Amino acid sequence: MSLRDSLFNWDGMANSLFGPLDPAPNAGYDDPPARKGFFTDTSICIGCKACEVACKEWNDVPENVFAMLGTSYDNSHSLNANQWRHVAFIEKPAKATPPVDLGMPTLGAAPNDVPEEEKPDFQWLMSSDVCKHCTHAACLDVCPTGSLFRSEFGTVVVQDDICNGCGYCVAACPYGVIDRRRGPDGDPSVGIAQKCTLCYDRLTDGQRPACAQACPTESILFGDVEELRRTANDRVARLHEQGVMDARLYGNDPDDGVGGTGAFFLLLDEPEVYGLPPDPVVTTKDLPTMYRRAGAAALALLAGAAVSFVGRRP
Amino acid sequence: MTGPEQRTDTDRATDAPQQSGARHRGSPARDSIVPEADFESYYGRPIVKPAPWEHDIAYYMFTGGVAAGSAILGAGADLTERPGLRRTSRLGSAVALVLSMFFLIKDLGKPSRFLNMLRVAKPTSPMSVGTWLLSLHGPFSALASAAEVAGLLPSRWQRGPIGLALRLGRPAGIAAAVTAPPVAAYTAVLLSDTATPAWHSAHEELPFVFCGSAAAASGGLGLIGAPLGESGPARAFAIGGAVVDLVAEHRMEQSMGISAETLHQGSAGRWMQASKGLMVLGATGALLGRRSRAVSIASGAALMAGSLCTRIGVFEAGIASANDPKYVVVPQRERVARGEAVRHSG
Repeated sequence: MSLRDSLFNWDGMANSLFGPLDPAPNAGYDDPPARKGFFTDTSICIGCKACEVACKEWNDVPENVFAMLGTSYDNSHSLNANQWRHVAFIEKPAKATPPVDLGMPTLGAAPNDVPEEEKPDFQWLMSSDVCKHCTHAACLDVCPTGSLFRSEFGTVVVQDDICNGCGYCVAACPYGVIDRRRGPDGDPSVGIAQKCTLCYDRLTDGQRPACAQACPTESILFGDVEELRRTANDRVARLHEQGVMDARLYGNDPDDGVGGTGAFFLLLDEPEVYGLPPDPVVTTKDLPTMYRRAGAAALALLAGAAVSFVGRRP
Repeated sequence: MTGPEQRTDTDRATDAPQQSGARHRGSPARDSIVPEADFESYYGRPIVKPAPWEHDIAYYMFTGGVAAGSAILGAGADLTERPGLRRTSRLGSAVALVLSMFFLIKDLGKPSRFLNMLRVAKPTSPMSVGTWLLSLHGPFSALASAAEVAGLLPSRWQRGPIGLALRLGRPAGIAAAVTAPPVAAYTAVLLSDTATPAWHSAHEELPFVFCGSAAAASGGLGLIGAPLGESGPARAFAIGGAVVDLVAEHRMEQSMGISAETLHQGSAGRWMQASKGLMVLGATGALLGRRSRAVSIASGAALMAGSLCTRIGVFEAGIASANDPKYVVVPQRERVARGEAVRHSG
């Protein structure tokens, strides 16, 4: 694309700003490897935080700004510059639906012999969250220094030696993933934007990311995005067969507002229950409109000034 | 107050996903007929992150607006032989631009970080576009104000480089005026091109609010500095700008949806209230007080203050909208419920 095209041909760019595409070839890689990503199946997450710890150990991510929050078992708070994997703990009232006796013959202990008063009146949902590595990554698009880049694996990576710390990516991310590092004192990258790199260094070495490697239940699967999407669809179908009708996929649809994410999830409730936006849209989808409106306003300013001078003599 | 340790697990389990009710602080919505938004969230924690910016960014947008509007006024005054207005506008533009750069660099941390942004040119990044716009506009504005200073020197000094600056004053001033409008408008795109609910949902009207605000502030500066006989265009520009600011802001609130609430609540609400009051007061004063130097100066000051309040109010409303998950979840849920889930249609 010539400079003239990239500056003025917004229709030509529209597909780069919204819609399904393979990000690595779109970013200019010739013959890149297959797009890599995560499929996080929260139905088998046990909240052990092995992923959080493995990520911190491998990537040398310093301690979080630690606070006892008093709302849940989750004290690591949120995804941020010091927390590239974050396990959410959701305490919910147990489903009120009583078990239905189908009158079926049983083998061994009957499944429902726990007395009613001993059953917990709440249920746990646990989910390990991570940067989504969006197809249309707002953080990447708005970065004014080129510090954020698209890797050959289709992932989004920050180069902390180039980052300005301007914080624009922080406000642009529709998932609230990326943030500027707040501490500890003396860390050279305090004030610099940080987030999950999908273990870029391990990927170039043919290894799995640290969190996926450490997950004991294989709740975090790493691989080719295409293949992971098939696995995810199979898993949802199986859960639906087993009667878990709340199971749904989140972020797997290449036609959604961010063009599908490289890291997607199987959830057992609405996304907002997990602290995820229900239907996020990449902000740059509206960028052509924004520039057009700003252009109109700028012309109006100039015209207004001209009119102010017309017909007046000092 | 009941501490968390005194509550049972069941209490927490019951109220944890329903956080909306408790998060309304003194909002006018409480008395209105609009029902309280009902939504689920993760312990009420924010979903998107607020921009990690201080008020510096609001000051940066204000001074940038003054610089841009004054550059245009300065060129107009130069072409129509209004030396008083020209001097005020050119010098005001240069001073505002320097202040603007100061606030930007203060927010970034050190000057080299501004230069670091010139390593790429990215049309998808309004901040990159803005950096290049400032780099294009800045030298012309500086040259025009240098000519203004040169004109104040004794005539025997107006030779060599000083004389050259004097001769280049007019073309530089015109170039500064032509490059100025994008400087005033791009800051609206800068805010809108984020996931911050109040800023993004305002993207249609915010450029007009900011350009109107820039005209009001720079016209106000003209009213303060220029003699009465020359201040006519500045007066018209300021009044027009204030009207555009007020009308566009009103339309913006209509189109923003639920996040318009943040423009009425808390400190953002107070800044916006002050902004409206000062704009109306300043515009009225500018309209009626054209024979009084004192009234003109007071009106100009009110318009400048009103413009500053607009920037701070919009800035704070955005931060507040990012901090409350309601403004992320509710509009998206409502859109999906209307059957308008965002999907690429090929």
